[in-house]
Amino acid sequence: MHRYIPNTEVDKKLMLDSMGAKSIEDLFEDVPKELRLNRALNLGTALSETDLTKHMHALANKNKSMNEGVSFLGAGAYDHYIPAIIKHIASRSEFFTAYTPYQPEISQGTLRVIFEYQTMISNLTGMDVANASMYDGPTACVEAGMMACANTRRKSVVVSKTVHPEVRKVMHTYMKFRDIEVIEVDMADGVTDIEKLKSVVEKNTAGVIVQNPNFFGIIEDLTEVEKITHENKGMLITYVDPISLGILKAPGELGADIVVGEGQSLGNGLNFGGPYLGFMATKSKLARKMPGRIVGQSVDVDRKRAFVLTLQAREQHIRRFKATSNICSNQGLNALMATIYLTTMGKKGLKEVAQRCVQKSHYACNEITKSGKFKPLFNQPFFKEFVVTSDMDSENVNKNLLKNGIFGGYELGKDYPELENGIMFAVTEKRTKNEIDKLSSVLEVI
Amino acid sequence: MKAYDQLIFEICKEGRTAYSLPNCDLCNGEMSEFIPNAFLRVHEVELPEVSEVDVIRHYTNLSNLNYGVDTGFYPLGSCTMKYNPKINEDVASIKGLTDIHPYQPEETVQGALEMMYNLGNMLSEISGMDKTTLQPAAGAHGELTGLMIIKAYHESRGDVKRKKIIVPDSAHGTNPATAAVAGFEIVEIQSDKNGAVDIDALKAVLNDEIAGLMLTNPSTLGLFEKNIKWIADLVHEAGGLLYYDGANMNAIMGKVRPGDMGFDVMHYNLHKTFSTPHGGGGPGSGPIGVKEHLVKFLPVPVIDKKEDQYLLNYDRPDTIGKIKGFYGNYGIMLRAYAYILTMGSEGIKEVSEIAVLNANYMMNKLKEHYYLPINQVCKHEFVLGGVGGVLLEVSTLDVAKRLLDYGYHPPTIYFPLIVNEALMIEPTETESLETIDGFIETMIKIAKEAKEDPQILKSAPHNTPVKRIDEARAARNLIVKWEK
Repeated sequence: MHRYIPNTEVDKKLMLDSMGAKSIEDLFEDVPKELRLNRALNLGTALSETDLTKHMHALANKNKSMNEGVSFLGAGAYDHYIPAIIKHIASRSEFFTAYTPYQPEISQGTLRVIFEYQTMISNLTGMDVANASMYDGPTACVEAGMMACANTRRKSVVVSKTVHPEVRKVMHTYMKFRDIEVIEVDMADGVTDIEKLKSVVEKNTAGVIVQNPNFFGIIEDLTEVEKITHENKGMLITYVDPISLGILKAPGELGADIVVGEGQSLGNGLNFGGPYLGFMATKSKLARKMPGRIVGQSVDVDRKRAFVLTLQAREQHIRRFKATSNICSNQGLNALMATIYLTTMGKKGLKEVAQRCVQKSHYACNEITKSGKFKPLFNQPFFKEFVVTSDMDSENVNKNLLKNGIFGGYELGKDYPELENGIMFAVTEKRTKNEIDKLSSVLEVI
Repeated sequence: MKAYDQLIFEICKEGRTAYSLPNCDLCNGEMSEFIPNAFLRVHEVELPEVSEVDVIRHYTNLSNLNYGVDTGFYPLGSCTMKYNPKINEDVASIKGLTDIHPYQPEETVQGALEMMYNLGNMLSEISGMDKTTLQPAAGAHGELTGLMIIKAYHESRGDVKRKKIIVPDSAHGTNPATAAVAGFEIVEIQSDKNGAVDIDALKAVLNDEIAGLMLTNPSTLGLFEKNIKWIADLVHEAGGLLYYDGANMNAIMGKVRPGDMGFDVMHYNLHKTFSTPHGGGGPGSGPIGVKEHLVKFLPVPVIDKKEDQYLLNYDRPDTIGKIKGFYGNYGIMLRAYAYILTMGSEGIKEVSEIAVLNANYMMNKLKEHYYLPINQVCKHEFVLGGVGGVLLEVSTLDVAKRLLDYGYHPPTIYFPLIVNEALMIEPTETESLETIDGFIETMIKIAKEAKEDPQILKSAPHNTPVKRIDEARAARNLIVKWEK
C-alpha cells in the first residue's frame, strides 16, 4: 500500500462488494483484452523519501550551479535578488494546491492576487489593462502578434532582428502554421535599422515588434518606429524588461499598443529556463481582444466587493471553432511571485534595482574595455547588458572564465554569425565590485 | 477569523519599504550620465509602499480566502486534483537543481539534462509512445505542438489537401480551439447515445482532406472507447493521424497504453496525472509523445545522449521549430520525475486502479439520487445530469454552490456539453473511503434539500468569504485594475 493511497484492503473489499464486483479487474472489463498491457511497467520499484532525496542530490551534483561561481550570463534569464519572503508566501498550499479560480466564492485569494498583479503590470508598462499572465515571454510575444493580426485583419508582422532570437524562433513556428508572414528587419549599430523598417512596413503590416532594451541590452529610440508603425495603421508591440521600467519611460508613453515581456526577473528563480511567466498589457479599447485570463471586480449579492474571472466569452472554451488563441492556463504561481516581488521592492526598490544595474554594468563595461583588448561592439546607451568583442574565440574565452569560477557572457555568434567573437555580459544589482574586478582581470590574462 | 477585504494598495503608507538590496559598492552616478534623459521616466512607477510584515500578513490573509487540495476534497472532473506530495516540492528546490541558467555550458547542466532525458523515457514507457518532448508549458500548448506535428507530417509527404481535424462533440474545449490556432478547419462529429464515437458519423466525414482525429480515452464522460482500435484503423486507412488528449491518463496507467491503442501523438498533463500542483492556474507542463514516424518533427532542442553525455540537439532539419523559450517548465518536470520514482511500476498502476475504484463506488452510490445518463462501468470519473426528477427548480450551479457551504470544492459543472446540467466528478486515488463517503452523504443531503427547500440551494453559498457574484456586471463594467 502506497502512502499517497489511503484505501486499505478492507476498504477495497467493502467498495467492490457495494457494487457487486469481485475484483478491481472487473472495473476494467470494458478495455478490450487485445489492447491490454500484459506486463508490468518498467519504471523500477518505488523509492523511499530518503532514497529519492539522495538520488536528487546526486543529480544536483552533476550540475554546476550558479552558487558555485559568479554569473554574468543573462540573455533573457537573469540572476536578480529574490526577497526571502517570496518563497514563504508562494509555498502556502492554499495558493499552490488550488486550481484555476472557477469557483470565485472560495478563490478570492488567487483572484485578488491576480487583480493586484494586473494593476502592477499596468502601472509598470503605462497601459490600461493587463491579463493574468501567459506561459513565458516568447509565447506572450507571439500571442501579441496574433492579437494584432486578428484586430487589424492583416496577415503580416514585422520583427526587428534586435529582438531575442528565441522570441523570433517561436514566432516563426507559430506563424508558419497560421499562414502569417514574419518579416525580420536588419539592424545598424545594434539597433533596428529605421530605413529598412520603413521599406517593409506597409498596409498589410499588422504589427511591428521591437524589444527595449533590446536583446543586446541597448535602449532603442522608438520615436521613428512608432511613427512608421502608426502611419501604416499597424500596432506597435514592445517586448520589455520589467526591471528596466524602474527608470525607463513606460512603453505606454512611447505609443505602444501591446506590451509584452518575460517576467522571470520579477522574483522568479532561474530554474533552467522555466517555469517563468509572460506578461501582456494593452489599451482599454483592446481589452476585449486580449488573449488569456482576466480578473475583474464586481460585487456579490450583498453588494460586497468581490473578484471574478471575466470576459470569458473570449476564452477558448466558448469560442470553440473561432478561437484566435487556445491558451487556457496562466502561470498563476509565478504571477503570485512576481506580485510579491513588486510589492516588496515597491516604488523605491524597483527604481533602485534598475539604477544599480545601470551603474554596475557601466562600471563593468569600462573595466573590461579599458585596456583595449576587448572593445565595445556598439556605441549605444545600454541598461544591464553590453556586448564586447575581441580577436579571441568567444567559446574559448568563456571556457577560461569557467575555469576561474565565472559563468561568462552569452556568445552572440550562435545567433548572429556576423557578430562572431561577440560576448554579451549581464550585470545585475547582485554583482559586487570584487566580482566585476575579478571578471575583468581574468579577461585581461586570457 | 474576520473576513479580510483589503488590497495591497489600500494598506500603503508613503516611505515604508520591505526590500533589502545587496550592500552597495558601486552606486555612483546619476542616471542621466549613462542614459539620455529622453529615455528616462519622470514619475516613479505606482507600486506599493509597505513594510515586510505588511506583505506577509496581507498575503497570508489572502491565502485564507482560498481552497486548495490541502484544504479538502476537490472532485473536479477532468482536472485530476490529487494530493501534491511535499517531498516533491523539497527535491525540486535543491539549489544544485534550481540555480542553473538555461544558457550554461552543457557540461555544467548534465544532472538537469539526465533528469529530462529519463523523464521523457518514463513517460514513453507509460504511454507506449516512442519519443517525448518536454517543451510545451501546458496541456493546450502540448495539443498545439501535436497538431503542428500532424500538419508537418502531411506536408512532408506532399499531402497538402489535409486541412481538417475531426473533433467529437464531447471533446475538451481546448481541442477545437487548438485546431483553429494550428490553422485547421474543424469537423465536429456527434457522439452516439452512449457518449462514444459514432462509427457511422466518423466514416461519413473521413476522406482525403482529413489530417487527423483528436480523442480522449476514456472520454469526457469517463467511459472507455471500446471501439478505439476500429476507430484508429478507419482514420489510418483514410490517411489521417490520431491525437490523444492525455487529460484522462489517470484512468489507464499500467493497464492500457495510448501507443498500443493506435494513437500517433499525444500530450501528458504533468499537473494532473503526475501530481504537480496546479498553482492556482499554473504553471503546468504538457509534454508530448510521438510514434517513430513523427519523431523527426519534434520541436528543438531534443535531448539526446551520446555515450555518457547528455546534449541539447538543435540539428534537426525536419523539426517544426521552437514552440517556447528555452526547454519547457523544468521546475515542474522535476516534481513529476520525483513522483514517478516514488510510485514505481506498481504504484503507478495502483494509482489508476484506485482512481477507477473510487469513481465507480461514488457513481453507484449517487445514481439513485442524481440522474446518471449512461449506466455502465466508468473509469476515473463519471458525469451526472443534475438532480434527478423532472421538476428542475434547482440547477447544477445551485448544487455546486451549496457544496461550498458544506466545505467541498464542487465538481466540474456544465461539461461535457453533451449532457444537460452536467456534474463531472473525479475523486482521484488519494482520497480515503471516509472522505468519499462524507461527500456522498452531502450530495444526497443536497438532493433532498433540492426537493424540500430549493431556496437554500438557490441562495447558496451562505458561509463563504463572499456570496454569489454578479459576473455579468464584471464583464459589462470592466474594472481590471485598482485606482485611487
